[in-house]
Amino acid sequence: MTIQFNDETFRDDYTFTNSERAIKRFPFPFHEDSYMYSVNMEQHQGGPEGSIYEKRFDVDEHYISEMKDRALVLDEDPLRCQSLPHMTLAGWDLLELIMVSKSEDYPDLFELHRDGNNWHWINKPLGIEQKFVFMDESTLPYGPMEYITRQTQGDFALLDQRDENLWMDAGMVTTQADWSLDFDIGMNFFEWHAPVPKAHEMGIFKRALKFLLNIQQGMPARRLNWTMTVNPLLDTSPENYHKWGAQKTTLTPENVGQKQYLRVELQTFFRLPRSNGMVFPIRCYLISLEDLVTIPKWGRRLHRVIRDVPEELATYKGFIDNRPLIVDYLSKFDDGAPTSDGVWPD
Amino acid sequence: MSAGTNKIDVVVTDIVPLNELVTRFKFERADGGLLPTFSGGAHTVIEMKDGETTRLNPYSLMSDPADRHAYTISVRRDDAGRGGSLFLHKNVRIGDEMVISYPVNLFALDLRARKHLMIAGGIGITPFLAQIKQLSATNGRFELHYACRNQALGSYVDDLTTAHPNNVHVYFDDDGQALDLENLLDGQPLGTHIYICGPKGMINWVRDTAERLGWPREAVHYEEFLAPQSGKPFTVKLAKSDLEFEVGEHQSLLEAIEAAGVDAPYLCRGGACGQCETDVLEADGEILHRDHWLEDDEKESGKKIMPCVSRFEGRIIVLDR
Ligand code: HEM
Ligand code: FES
Repeated sequence: MTIQFNDETFRDDYTFTNSERAIKRFPFPFHEDSYMYSVNMEQHQGGPEGSIYEKRFDVDEHYISEMKDRALVLDEDPLRCQSLPHMTLAGWDLLELIMVSKSEDYPDLFELHRDGNNWHWINKPLGIEQKFVFMDESTLPYGPMEYITRQTQGDFALLDQRDENLWMDAGMVTTQADWSLDFDIGMNFFEWHAPVPKAHEMGIFKRALKFLLNIQQGMPARRLNWTMTVNPLLDTSPENYHKWGAQKTTLTPENVGQKQYLRVELQTFFRLPRSNGMVFPIRCYLISLEDLVTIPKWGRRLHRVIRDVPEELATYKGFIDNRPLIVDYLSKFDDGAPTSDGVWPD
Repeated sequence: MSAGTNKIDVVVTDIVPLNELVTRFKFERADGGLLPTFSGGAHTVIEMKDGETTRLNPYSLMSDPADRHAYTISVRRDDAGRGGSLFLHKNVRIGDEMVISYPVNLFALDLRARKHLMIAGGIGITPFLAQIKQLSATNGRFELHYACRNQALGSYVDDLTTAHPNNVHVYFDDDGQALDLENLLDGQPLGTHIYICGPKGMINWVRDTAERLGWPREAVHYEEFLAPQSGKPFTVKLAKSDLEFEVGEHQSLLEAIEAAGVDAPYLCRGGACGQCETDVLEADGEILHRDHWLEDDEKESGKKIMPCVSRFEGRIIVLDR
């Protein structure tokens, strides 16, 4: 399979588009006509051919443009990438995990040649060729985590595991749904989840943490999360709220189909071998409502979910004010017919 | 997609008796490939087919975590126990094929520590051997205090004192040498973490002393093994499906239900998501709850079970499925 990479933007003129293929493989997150938080975790052991679950780190048509957007964010705000001193080893773990996975899963795009600690990395889409010494930071232009995550789609939280908890002690976060690494760095699982409504009382975080602490090498896990974003913006950070917050008021009945996006995060969990830490990649997929309703089951179901989602969740996710507009638009694609179980198109 | 299974087929490539009680075993991948890297303090669970029973025993990996060609473990023969150590000593030969788990670390170094203070008793030395190799490669600061019966039974004493003459201190019980623990703990620089692996009495002694001297709980680490996940076979009856069958010792209840052709719900297969929750109609015996989902009172009620991780010991259990 060769990928035709898009030349597109996630800011200013917003030229981002999804091809037919990207629409078909979009990770639609709702397996029934309603939504509530749950401990929705499963094993991450591949998935149907061509789906976003098939490879350990999905590479798609947005790859090159997403990496350009990340570089722009980092130029303006270097604090989007931070690593506390004890996390360097976990950074090497992550670099190894990604380089090995990508070179095995996409041999036509990425190559990794290893001779002891002398490594040679070739990233063809980005035109990068790097010879370096594994575990020797002085041989790379950035620290190991920053180096590899400038070449990998999605945000990354690197977690240290100690005292029966996970600690967000490093990360690369430029495509987030309104949370801040600079604010969360050094916090534990319960602290950084404090703003989430309802889930604490439901016991979700207590159970989720126990499951995460038990994730072993070779047994990665995954879950989906979602929100709504106006315009195909990757960087919806609190740091830049003054830039994107106001765009939420530009929705009209005429433009909602093009401007309103469903934003889905594929979140995966991998145990890191050398540091015994964990990496939490958060990969963001965007789809306009207009594209989404081309799959009739998804249009029907999204209408019902958005209409009925509890107010606290719609407020927390930041679309409460636009909900009437969105529901109005989607209602045109819901004929009331029953929908089949599961997320896949009929 | 090659991430996946967490078991590895290996071949025993070397067996070295170290002294009267301890023997070292070396494993390499059966397919000739590389083993996963690991972190110092990790163990692997070794499956031993001993006649009708299969034993699952955890052993600390003592080889260099960066060396992916082979894993080594050292096993102390326990003549009183029924367990796997006798089997390894008596039945396993070079060239034998075995199955081991991916490395699991429940005794990891705290990488924030400015200094790692290690206290080992007897065969408890093994996880420290890997940790010391890891720290030596990254210029980490450590100090090891190692108590053993005598010179003859002091596994790896010579290797350690030769390689790290300034950081290793050995105490032979038979010569009346003893660790002056209070003094040792008192003189440590700020940011030191303590690690203990050895007999239970030693672990308690160090933990109690550290607590009394005001050490923070998070700075004191000790080796704890999780009980292996398998258990005794048992019989289950599914009321709705009208089926009765046996759950094998290495099968989970969920796997056995699936093998019987019943489509049961699941998501995480790790006792967290709640999907597989099943009502218990009758249980002549004891449910072994191993999940994080059910509340304590639900567990006690004996009316619910999470078949992805929990088991049963007794005559028969009847489920509403
Ligand atoms: C260790 C891995 C994880 C990291 C680093 C992480 C991080 C975060 C962060 C930063 C937020 C935003 C909080 C805010 O508003 O500031 C969040 C939200 C949330 N997290 Fe996690 N999380 C992790 C694992 C999980 C797991 C395993 C679950 C559960 C099953 C979970 C459930 C949630 C939920 C329900 C929200 C609210 C999202 C929404 O409604 O849009 N998280 N997480
Ligand atoms: S499958 Fe998740 S609790 Fe059993």
